[in-house]
Amino acid sequence: MGSGHAHRLHLHGHSPVHRLPAHTKLVAVLAFVVVVVSTPREAVWAFAGYALLLAAVARAARVPAGFALRRMAVEVPFVAFALLLPFVAQGGRTEVLGMQLSVSGLWGAWNILAKGTLGVGASVLLAATTELRDLLLGLQRLRMPPMLVQIASFMLRYGDVIADELARMRIARESRGFRARGPRAWGVLARTAGALFIRTYERGERVHLAMVSRGYTGAMPVLDGRAATRAQWSAALALPVTALAVCLPAWTL
Amino acid sequence: MTTDPLTTNPVPYSLEVSGLAFAYPDGHQALFGVDFALERGERVALLGPNGAGKTTLVLHLNGILTAGAGSVRVAGLPVDRAHMAEVRQRVGIVFQDPDDQLFMPTVREDVAFGPANAGLRGAELEARVTRALERVGMAEHADRPPHHLSFGQRRRVAVATVLAMEPEILVLDEPSSNLDPASRRELAEILTSLDVTVLMVTHDLPYALELCPRSLVLSGGTIVADGPTPKLLADETLLHAHRLELPFGFSPR
Ligand SMILES: Nc1ncnc2c1ncn2[C@@H]1O[C@H](COP(=O)(O)OP(=O)(O)OP(=O)(O)O)[C@@H](O)[C@H]1O
Ligand SMILES: [Mg+2]
Repeated sequence: MGSGHAHRLHLHGHSPVHRLPAHTKLVAVLAFVVVVVSTPREAVWAFAGYALLLAAVARAARVPAGFALRRMAVEVPFVAFALLLPFVAQGGRTEVLGMQLSVSGLWGAWNILAKGTLGVGASVLLAATTELRDLLLGLQRLRMPPMLVQIASFMLRYGDVIADELARMRIARESRGFRARGPRAWGVLARTAGALFIRTYERGERVHLAMVSRGYTGAMPVLDGRAATRAQWSAALALPVTALAVCLPAWTL
Repeated sequence: MTTDPLTTNPVPYSLEVSGLAFAYPDGHQALFGVDFALERGERVALLGPNGAGKTTLVLHLNGILTAGAGSVRVAGLPVDRAHMAEVRQRVGIVFQDPDDQLFMPTVREDVAFGPANAGLRGAELEARVTRALERVGMAEHADRPPHHLSFGQRRRVAVATVLAMEPEILVLDEPSSNLDPASRRELAEILTSLDVTVLMVTHDLPYALELCPRSLVLSGGTIVADGPTPKLLADETLLHAHRLELPFGFSPR
């Protein structure tokens, strides 16, 4: 479904991973993250195994490592937090490079870093191989509350329209000699925001009228009737199942 | 007209408005007793100055606004709560701004929205969508997001969204506004090729003359003239009294 809607996280392609139905990938990523999170942090080798699994998926999806790594930058704030932990946490101390660090803090930091990175990595791969539109349809298939899916769809559809509206208002301001400099401009900017709010609100009302005119009664019809085949499910679930196979010995050993 | 269209009148009017009056909740009376009827297959223009009540009238035709007094009948069915779903399927309204009308992420889903609400699914739905898009010459754009289309293309898709519901009557609010001459002509060709009843709200008198053999003039909330378009447009005193103006140098003969 759908061309266009190129979002920054998406990498256009036709790999087997791209072709899997969105909802199977969603379930796979969710299950993978659950497995990763429930792995004891001391099982360092298990995390190495998970990382290898993700690398294999990235390879199958033909997502270049550089692309994936750059998009994992969202993780940076958590990394910063994790790096603080060994300094502030309580408990027994150990010496690393001449610094006194908390042992539990070090494990805590490792825990956040390893699990966070794997979770973000899996999500980046999901986003890179799935159109935003298909993700929403996938959520709908997975019985996500329809209202939430509808709201997200409308954000997807009207994001550009509203950005255009904002751009037009900026051009109108600037053509009449306005320059956003210093606190004196804030009043004007606030009024622009107000006008934008009213315009989007009124548009919402008109869109609702148009929907009602075509028989909308509160539920979006699910149009994409294709259910996932057994083979597609097993392909998608191969990731969390293998991860589980790695996780189980980590618990028992 | 009698109350039972099936037994006494084999071909009921497509649209029958009688004694329709309406006041907005803020007390502003917009319609004061509107009467007219459209035969099946007629193409009629609804002319009138700004603020005459044209949009208000249109919103009564599929029950978005409910008459304060009087009644609206579509193909013999009264527009009321009991017949709302049926009426909305039979009256297709194309709103003025296509961005209000096209709210789904892709053209195909948007065109499918109406018939899907009416319960169509699968191959039948797919065929309906393709046919509607072909009729407006937009079939090759089915998978594109509406906001990447030009204004004229969006207007055509908006017409398709309504055609897909196979309406008894097509109502267009200012269909030629914001179209360049070529798009205007293409839309005219599409509209003349359809065999449905058309009610076209417009300020564009030459367009009305080209497309609609018959015209109604709504002014101050009542129908002040109803007759053949060339005759109405030749009546200078009528046009002048109701703020209607032909473009410079245009002669209706
Ligand atoms: N929501 C509303 N509340 C109160 N009054 C309204 C509302 N919408 C329209 N009106 C008033 O009703 C009258 C008819 O408005 P309407 O929008 O039907 O005119 P119109 O013929 O479509 O005009 P235009 O050619 O400008 O589109 C106007 O005087 C208008 O001010
Ligand atoms: Mg209007």
